[in-house]
Order: sequence, then C-alpha cells, then structure tokens
Amino acid sequence: MATKQQSQNAITLKGSAKLVMDYLNFGINSILFQRGIYPPESFKTEEHFGLSILVSTDEKIQQFLQPVLNQMKDWLLDQKIQKMAMVIYNVTTKEVLERWDFKLQYEGSPNDTNSELVGNKDLSTIQKEIRDVLRQICSTVSFLPLLDCPCAFDLQIYTKPEVDVPQEWAETAPSYIANSQELQLRSFSTSLHRMNTVVSYKTDM
Amino acid sequence: MSQFAFVNDLKNVVRMDEPITSGPAPRWMKKSMDSSGSANTSRNKVSTSSSFNANTKIPKETSDLIATKKTPSKTPSKSKSPASKSASNTPAKPKTPGGDRFIPSRMSTNFDISHFKMNRENEDLEISPSQSDYRKAMSENLHGCDINNVRVLSYQNKAPAPPEGYQNALKVVYTQSKTPMNIRGATRYIPHAPDRILDAPEIVDDYYLNLIDWSFSNTLAVALGTSVYLWNADTGAIDQLFDLEGADYVTSVSWVPNGNLLAVGTALGPVQLWDVAQTKRLRIMNSHSSRVGAMSWNTHILTTGSRTGQLVHNDVRQREHVVGTIYSHTQEVCGLKWAPDGRYLASGGNDNLLNIYSGLPGQATYQSEPLYSFSQHQAAVKALDWCPWQTNVLASGGGTADRTIRFWNCNNGQCINSVNANSQVCAILWSKTYRELVSAHGFANNQLTIWKYPALTKVAELTGHTNRILNLAMSPDGSTVLSAGADETLRMWKCFLPDPNKKKDQQKRSSRPTLLGPGLR
Repeated sequence: MATKQQSQNAITLKGSAKLVMDYLNFGINSILFQRGIYPPESFKTEEHFGLSILVSTDEKIQQFLQPVLNQMKDWLLDQKIQKMAMVIYNVTTKEVLERWDFKLQYEGSPNDTNSELVGNKDLSTIQKEIRDVLRQICSTVSFLPLLDCPCAFDLQIYTKPEVDVPQEWAETAPSYIANSQELQLRSFSTSLHRMNTVVSYKTDM
Repeated sequence: MSQFAFVNDLKNVVRMDEPITSGPAPRWMKKSMDSSGSANTSRNKVSTSSSFNANTKIPKETSDLIATKKTPSKTPSKSKSPASKSASNTPAKPKTPGGDRFIPSRMSTNFDISHFKMNRENEDLEISPSQSDYRKAMSENLHGCDINNVRVLSYQNKAPAPPEGYQNALKVVYTQSKTPMNIRGATRYIPHAPDRILDAPEIVDDYYLNLIDWSFSNTLAVALGTSVYLWNADTGAIDQLFDLEGADYVTSVSWVPNGNLLAVGTALGPVQLWDVAQTKRLRIMNSHSSRVGAMSWNTHILTTGSRTGQLVHNDVRQREHVVGTIYSHTQEVCGLKWAPDGRYLASGGNDNLLNIYSGLPGQATYQSEPLYSFSQHQAAVKALDWCPWQTNVLASGGGTADRTIRFWNCNNGQCINSVNANSQVCAILWSKTYRELVSAHGFANNQLTIWKYPALTKVAELTGHTNRILNLAMSPDGSTVLSAGADETLRMWKCFLPDPNKKKDQQKRSSRPTLLGPGLR
C-alpha cells in the first residue's frame, strides 16, 4: 500500500526531463512572441500548465527548435548540460542584445544516473511553479528595452567537456553583453532538476 | 680639392644617361667576364669609380672589397654612390667570410636571451593563485560557469531571421499615431475639453494603486502621498482627512457604496476605516503585511488585495474581521471589483491573471478557489468594471504589454469580445447613462476613450493629460468622469451628460434611499 502511494507521487528522471524540456519549449516560444522577434500572426495560442501560451507555427523555427530540444533531452538524462542560453541578436550587426540563461542544477544523488532515480514532488506543485515562471517571463516585457531592429535568436548549450558532439553541432564562443543588467526570475524544481532563469539585457540602447 | 670631389660625386649620382660605373656590373657583363676567367675587370671598373673618393678615410682596398662582395641581385639604384657607401661605416661586415651564403653570426645572436624566452613561453600559464581565482570569478560572472570546463555547443542549422520588412509589434506601444476613430461618431455632443482641472500634487505615480474614489454623497476622496483629501463636489470645499507618518503612504481609497465610510489602504498593510461625516477613525484592520493596492466593498464586506497577491474578506462589523482569505494570485493585486449585485468578485493581478469568484451579498463563507481564472491578458490586469445593465458582464483591460480590453460573460466563463486599445489600459468605467464605457490610457496619447458597447466603436477620444492616467472615478449622477493623471492633475470630463428628456428619470435614481449608511453607524 505504501509503495503504491509512493509510486503515485513519484516523478521519474524521464518525466522530470520532459517537464524541463516543456518549460524550455514554452519559455522560448513565449519569449519569441513577447519580445516581438517574429510576427505575432505566426503564433497560435495553446493551453499548457493552465496558461494560454503562444507557440510559433513557423515551420522553420520548429525545425530548429525540435532537434535542439530533443538533443538536449538526451544530454539532460546523462546530466551533461550545465545551462542553456537563448541569445537574441541583431540580424544585421550580429550584436547580442539580450540573453536568457536557463541554468540547470541536478538534484538528488549525483552519481546515480540510472533511470531508477525518482523524485517525490507533487506534479501539480511543479506545474504551478513552472506556471509562475512562465508568467514572469510574460511580465518582463514591461521593463525590457524595445528590440527596435530585426532580431534573430540562437540557442547555446553549455555542456560538460566529455559530451559526445553529434553531427550538425559545433562549438561556439560564449556570447555576453557588455554593460548588461541582469534579472533573476523565479526558479522551479522538479525535485530532480532545478531550473534558474536569468535574463540579461543591454541597459542603454 | 676635396670640394671638387664632392661635386664630382654628386654629378656622378645625378647623371642618368651615362653607363653605370658605380655598383656591381650588370649580369651580362659579369658573365662575359667570368667566361674570360677573371673578376678583376669588374673590380677595376669599380675602382675607377672609387678613384674619386681618394680623400675619404676608408682605404681603397676596403671599398673595393665592399663592391665585390655585393650580390648581383642588388639593384644599382639601391646601392647609391660609393661615396655614401664608404661614409656608412660598416667595419664588421667585411670580416664575415662566405659570399652569399647565410651564416648566422654567433657574436650578434644572443643565445642566452633566446633560450630564456623560449622556455618562458611554456611557463606562461603559471599565474599566481590570486590571479587565477580572479579569472575564474570573472568567467563565472560572465558565463555563469567556469568556461574552461565547459563546451558551448550550438545547432548549426540556425533559426531563420524574421521575414523581410517585419517590424517589432511592440513598437506600436511607442508610436504616436492616433488610431482612426469611427467616422460616424456619436450623435450626441461630447465636450472634448475637461470641465474642470484640479491640482493633485504628489500623487503617487504607480500603476498598481487605486488613489481616487467618488462617494455616493458626492465627495471625492483623493490620496496624495501620505494624506487623504476630500473634495466636496457640490461646494468645492477641500478638507484634509488625515496625514500618515513616516515612510507610510496611502495606496488605495474606497467608499462604501451607499454611505459615508471610507476605507483607506496603506503601504505598510493596515487598512483604516474612517467615518467622514464625523472625521473620525473607526477602526484599523491588520489583515495584510504588505501594501494594500486594491479594495472593494460588498455591503459590509470589504475585500482587500495586497502586494503579496493575497485577498482578504473583512467583515467590518465584527471584532475578528477576517472572514476569508484567498491565495490565488502570485503577484500584486491591482484590480478588485465586486459586481453591483454581489454575485461575483473580479480580481486582477500583476501575474496577468483575471480571477472571478462567486459570492453572495452578506454571506459569511467565501470560496478560496476562483470560479474562473482567465489568463488571456498578457500584462497586469488593473482596469476592471462590471456592466451596470448586464450584471454578468465584466470589462477588463491589460497593461502595457497587452493593450486590449476584454469582455467576459461570467455566467459561462467565456470571453465575449476583445478590442485592441493600442495603449496601456489603466482604468475602465461603464456609463450609467448610455450603453457605453470609457477607458483610460497611458502612453502615447494619455487619452480617455469612449466606446460603444457592444459594437465597440470609438465614440470619442478625450485628450489633455500630459502623462498617463492612473485612475478613473464617476460622479454619483453618472454624468461626470474624473481622471487622475500622473501629471498631478485631476480632470473632470462631462462626457455622459444625460439627454434632457431623460433627466427626470436620472434624478429619481440618484435620490434612492441609502441601504447601508445608517445601518453601519
């Protein structure tokens, strides 16, 4: 009886990774919409985590996002990722205007990488935490500076050195913003992964 | 003699048409010489030219040596005249033997320094511990981790750039253009200038506060910084109700619907209840620990919303005033409104949520879970008002990032309609006289917009404020709208003046007997 109860509340490593990836996916889409990087008519509303989130319908964006997120999920299960940075840069000058850092921490026993690892946090609590962060992402638009030029974005994944790099992936230089202001958003934890979201942006345009 | 030598030398240099005498012999000449087995001719030629500088210090022998040592590749023009050659003292050169082969001179090469420098290159990474700590800290600051232990990877098929000619939609917020108005407009006359302008010095320019309210007995309460002022709209008399001390300031005011009680929310949390007729404070309710930005009455229940997102129902008659607490907002509550019939409570917060709770007037128990939770607004929801003629319809407006006004049917939880206002929506009021509503906006035009409902066409735009509008209040007869602007003015707009033929009906309504006022004290 007790074990049954346990399994109901448990969250597996895979489930946790999926939650983290869902958060990243919706977070990135939300940022793309909220910051006006792509035209708003190319987004559609979807209900997730009890929120209406605008998700891009642009095929090219999805063709970029999905492989990256899938690859990240694999690395996440191997505990290879330290953080992911979403870089928003000016298309013409390539100047980085904004960077969203999604920092990952691994909770639970660090050496135990097998899939038996389970957390004990209630799913609704996790979803509530994720919802709060996603909402906060929406509300940041009120103080972030206007991106007054055509911008594009890139995802940079900070991994441990021993990671296998598949084809189509390459190392890049980390990008950072001179004279940047940083803002730490709320964090959430699935009891296996803890996600910290930080946005840094140029102070004077 | 010597001066002639110099002149000759100069001539020798300047002349171009003569066969070249100085410098090495041309290749063809040299070859023919070599074939004859003697280089002496070339030396002789040189020596003839160098015979001019017989007076120079360097002996003839040396100058000859220099000339013969020259490699044929050197162009004559470069080697100038023998005179200048001999002037440049190069005594070390003739000592090195070996024609045109490169043999490094061990004397001139500093092997000690070279060796030292080569070895030092390998030791370059060895820096002092404090320096390495500093580098580590810097890299952690910049990248969030130690960059040496990290690989930064990115997918090579990059995301596309936005389509050509696309402009950031948020730019609309920053544009100055006026939105086109309905051409037909209104059939009635709406004065476009304010009827009266009052000064409101030190009004707190904060979107999340609710600083004005107009009472049933035609008194306007205005919170200016630390004090509350009362402006009697009939006589124009101004009274200061009270003044807070210290860092505290007034964050919200709200009149009981049909009486003379004023609830005042403060920045430190306590809510004060004032009897204005006697200028007497009745009680202080400590239900919040942070500032109370929004309040709404439902007969004797005062619902207050604070910065923490907490909503508290206070029964002002009881000693234990807290009768219900709701934790459905995660951020500051800035909009709070009971429906006139007390069946619903709407709350809007900085977490972009609009929550609807069901309630009954005077009921002691309250649900802690919202009936509906709408997340369609993309910014803080401050502007809220219930439709006076359709009691289940709520109008709500979002902040800068949202800029839309939405209409909700709270019986079934549907969004009936929405309209883009192109500017931050700071307040909404429904007209009691017409099927219209007025919304107050911020940047860029700081205007009040009057909309027809349900057509949602613009009837009029009232401009005048030089900074965003913070709040709206309506006079008890419904004819005048008062707007409080961040430009420290209160402007009155007589935009809902009733038609003359409907006037009698209007007067009847305003002389309705008070329901609660005497009952509360």
